This record gives sequence, structure tokens and C-alpha cells, in this order.
Amino acid sequence: MMGKRVSVTLGTEHFTEANETVRDALLRADTVVVREAFAQRYLGCAMPTGKTLEIHGVPGNDLACYLDGGRIEVFGNAQDQVGNTMDGGCIVVHGRCGDAAGYGMRGGQIFVRDGCGWRVGIHMKQFEDKRPAIVIGGDAGSFLGEYLAGGVIVLLGKPGRHLATGMHGGVIYLKHRIADDEVSEGLVQEPVDEADRALIRSLLERYNGFFAADLGAPVDATGEGFFRLRPATARPYASMYAN
Amino acid sequence: MRQKAALREGDVRIPSGCAIAGIMDRSGARHDGSDILKSIALMHDRSNGLGGGFAAYGIYPEFAELYAFHIMYEGKDARDRTEAYLDEHFASEKQERIPVEPTRGIQDPPDIWRYFLAPHPVRLAMSGLDEAEYTMQHVFRINADIPGAFVASSGKNMGAFKGVGYPEDIGAFYRIEDYRAWLWTAHGRFPTNTPGWWGGAHPFTLLNWSIVHNGEISSYDANRRYVEQFGYECALKTDTEVITYLFDLLARRHGLSQRMAAHIMCASAWDEIDKMDPDEAAFETALRCVYASALVNGPMSVILGSDEGLLALNDRLKLRALMAGEKGSMVYLASEQAAIEVVCPDVENVRSLEGGEPFVVRLEKEA
Repeated sequence: MMGKRVSVTLGTEHFTEANETVRDALLRADTVVVREAFAQRYLGCAMPTGKTLEIHGVPGNDLACYLDGGRIEVFGNAQDQVGNTMDGGCIVVHGRCGDAAGYGMRGGQIFVRDGCGWRVGIHMKQFEDKRPAIVIGGDAGSFLGEYLAGGVIVLLGKPGRHLATGMHGGVIYLKHRIADDEVSEGLVQEPVDEADRALIRSLLERYNGFFAADLGAPVDATGEGFFRLRPATARPYASMYAN
Repeated sequence: MRQKAALREGDVRIPSGCAIAGIMDRSGARHDGSDILKSIALMHDRSNGLGGGFAAYGIYPEFAELYAFHIMYEGKDARDRTEAYLDEHFASEKQERIPVEPTRGIQDPPDIWRYFLAPHPVRLAMSGLDEAEYTMQHVFRINADIPGAFVASSGKNMGAFKGVGYPEDIGAFYRIEDYRAWLWTAHGRFPTNTPGWWGGAHPFTLLNWSIVHNGEISSYDANRRYVEQFGYECALKTDTEVITYLFDLLARRHGLSQRMAAHIMCASAWDEIDKMDPDEAAFETALRCVYASALVNGPMSVILGSDEGLLALNDRLKLRALMAGEKGSMVYLASEQAAIEVVCPDVENVRSLEGGEPFVVRLEKEA
């Protein structure tokens, strides 16, 4: 089975049967090529390390939810809640993604070539060596990084309104500085330092590996000129609780 | 044995979500219902079989100047009373049963008729109302005063086809592939606060307006009290009904553009107004004050159909998904992108609609 690839075609099959088909194929091969996906939810749900899905078409909501180390590549656009609560692994979208990608994710990485919908990275968190990351190549909808508790978001395009509302952990790297009055209360926007640039560099080099051919050229991966958005203190809401 | 009364609006609460879709040809060219059926069917799991429906514009060109009433009857008595009422207040050019097809999954449908009507000229003159207001008042009277009768739609050259079932089954039941329209909207219902019944399915319509809606309006009661001051009777107790009346009040009665009506419903936030230049801030402040009770809050995405075209709107915080795409003169809307691509694989300019920003597509010319 090592390195074996099989193909399945979903068409408009209902998501229950579609996922049975995909799971059955994953038992027989390491890589499953999914053709003609049309809105089937939960594809790649909890897929473990060593397994890969290559999806052509438009996969449905909650793609790769609870992803557990597997790899998913979408050749097209993705819908809402990509990587919902994922624990590890990698998701690559050769297009745009919808709202709430990376919802509550606590490990792994998501790379989106183009823009994204609203509330991407909402409730993302990190623990010990698990530090999730999302890289968005285009513009982001409003509320990017809402309630962010941990992890890294890199945004190459422009953010929408209400950026990082309720953010209390993690970091957002912005290619485009936002106006001071757009910085949410309790957050700090500042130029990146060398450690930040190293982190941005590692993520953008991966981004280029996935998308440079699509884009016709790699993006600048040096991390120069980025701004860092972070909570002003380690416990921004400490005063809300009794000591 | 005591018969259990059927549940209606306000009797039960069921938490969940819905699907909406719209397909419009800006050029006015008409298309059959097969694409909208395919589009809404793909989002099957966003509804639960308790409601589905379609609105279609341009389907009755031979009666384009007459009001096309689609009426559901739960019994013969309801039909007799309604037809007597219509005879008193309207002149009927034609009336017939709407053709339906027995369909698996569709149970206990009402008896559904359509009437092509002109207001009775003498009674209209005596009423002192304009034609649209006259017609609207009689729609309210039928729905409120004749038990077992419900006017599903009452516009010109348009109609609503809706009921209890999954939308793809409702479409098959009504044979919507036999109709040709320049604008189709569709709804798959997952009732949130109300049970599914034939009248309560979407689209909700009034005159030429139709609304399909995904979400839940938390400002319902404030909005209801507001429109009721102007004579609208919120008989269904649904948020979809109250949104329709708000559009009718603001656009038809107050003469505002549909875009402005939508802007009033999703008005600028006070912190945004604070950043505007003084003239703009004064205007936006006036809108918020004059139309405070028309502000619509809560998660929603809606598609409004009318004889002018369509308007789509997300709530200001965009708590519901709605995607748009285009191809030539065609415009597509759906809760999920795949529901657009399934009918137009090479669709262009695909994007999600922003929160609180009306997306307006106007009919260029009806073919």
C-alpha cells in the first residue's frame, strides 16, 4: 500500500455515502484523488498522518475537520469551516476558502493561495509544541483571528474590519499595516523583529512551494516590512476575573 | 377520540439552519426551473424536509397585467368562501388548479389554485387606495379571515411554489421545470422557531416581493411592532414575513430604493458613523433615528425577488454564508459555492457577499 494512489469520483453523491467511499479508498491507498467533489461535507475528517487527499471540485463545509496529521490539497475553492478543530497535518487550497477556516484549530497548518471569508482563525489556540498556522495569500474578510488564543496567522492581502476582535494570544503578521484606530483595544501593532521574520520566512517558503507555479512567481518570503499584531499583555482579560 | 391540532407558528421551537439560492438572467431571457432545482437540491442537508419552495418571475407573460394569486386550500369550504370573496372584489380573467405531480415525500398537500385577477374597478375607486394597496389589503383579509385558505403569492407575472417537503421534491411536485422565468429563487427550510406547514414555507411573498431567508431575526418583535403600526398583519409570526413587510413599507410605500431599504435594515454602526464626515454622519444618524425600529439584527442571509430584479443581503456581522458568481448575463447566488458550480461549472467572479452590504442586480429588459 505504501505510496499507492487510487481515484474516486463523487459527483453529487450524498456526503454520507461519499465519505464511506473515501474512507474505503483510504484503507486501500495512501493517497486518494477525489474527482468532481460537489459540497460533500466532512471530507478527510480526522484523517491520520501518512494519508493524503487530493480534491478536485468544491469540497463541502467542514473539510478536514479534526484532521489528525494527514494532508489535504484542494485544486479549486473550498467552502466554510476548513480545518475545523484540526489537531495536526496540512491543508493546501489552490483557490479561496470560505468563512471560519481553522475554527478552533490547535495544530497543523492551512495554506490558502487566494483570499478567505470572515472569521478565519477564530478561536485558534496553541499548547506546548503545538502551534497552528494559517497563511492567506489574498484579502481576508472581517473578524480575522477573532478570539485568537494562540497560533500564527500570516496575511498577505488586506484584512477586513474588526481584525482580531477579542484576541488574547498568538500573533497575526500583516503585510499591510492597518490604521492605528483600526487596532482593537488591548492589542499592539508593531514592526516585526528577526525572530518574527524567521517564522514568516519558513511559512512563506512553504507557501511558495505550493503556489509559486500557480501564481507565476514566488511571493517575497523575507518577512521584511511585515507588522505584528499581538495582545498588549500576557493576560489581557485578567482584570475581568477575581484574583 | 380527540384529534390532535396541527402545530403552527409560535407553537414550537426547532433550532437549526436553511439553504437559499437564486438564479437570474439580467437580459430578461427566461429559463426553465431545472437549474434552480439542481442548485437547491445539492444543499439538501441544510433543510430537514419541513419546507421547500421557489419563486419565479416572468412565468405568466400572457397575463402580465393581472395579479396572479396562488392560493392554498385545506378544504372545499375554504375555496368556496375565498372564491366568493374574490368575485366580490376582483374580476377574474382565468382560474384553474395549479398542475401538480404526485411525488414521493410530499404528503397531504392542500388544494392549490391560481387566479388571474384585476381589482374590481368600482370597489377600487370607492376604496380610495391605489391598486397595489387595495390588493394587499384583500390578501391580508383572506389570510386572516378565511380559515383554511392561504394566499401563497399575489404578484404580477410571478408566482410562489412552496410547501412541506424537501425543495427538490416540492419542485417536482409543482413541475417547476415546466415554467420559464428570468429570476428564480429557492429555499430549503430547516424551521427554527416554527413548525413546517404549507403556508409557512418560503418564499414568503406579498405583491411582487418574495423573500427566501436563512437565519433568525433577533429583532423580530421590534420590527413586528413597527410594521404593524402601518397596517401589516404578521399572521405567520415568522421573521421572513416581517422582512418582506419592511421592504414593502420602505420601498413601495415610502418610495425608497431597494438598496436604501436594505441599508436601513443593516444601518451603519454608531462607531462607523463617528468616523464619517459631518454631512454623511448627519444623514446616517437621521436614518438610524427615523427608522430605528426597522433595523434588523440577528444572523440572516436573504434574497429578495421583485419585478426589478434581485437584492441579496447578509446581516452586518455576516453570521450566515451567501456566495455570488456570474457568467455573461447570468447571476448566481447560493448558500454554498458548490451549488453555483453544479449548474455553472465555469462561473466567474465567485465571491462571498459582505456583511450588511446589499448586492443588487437589476433586470435590464424583460425579454
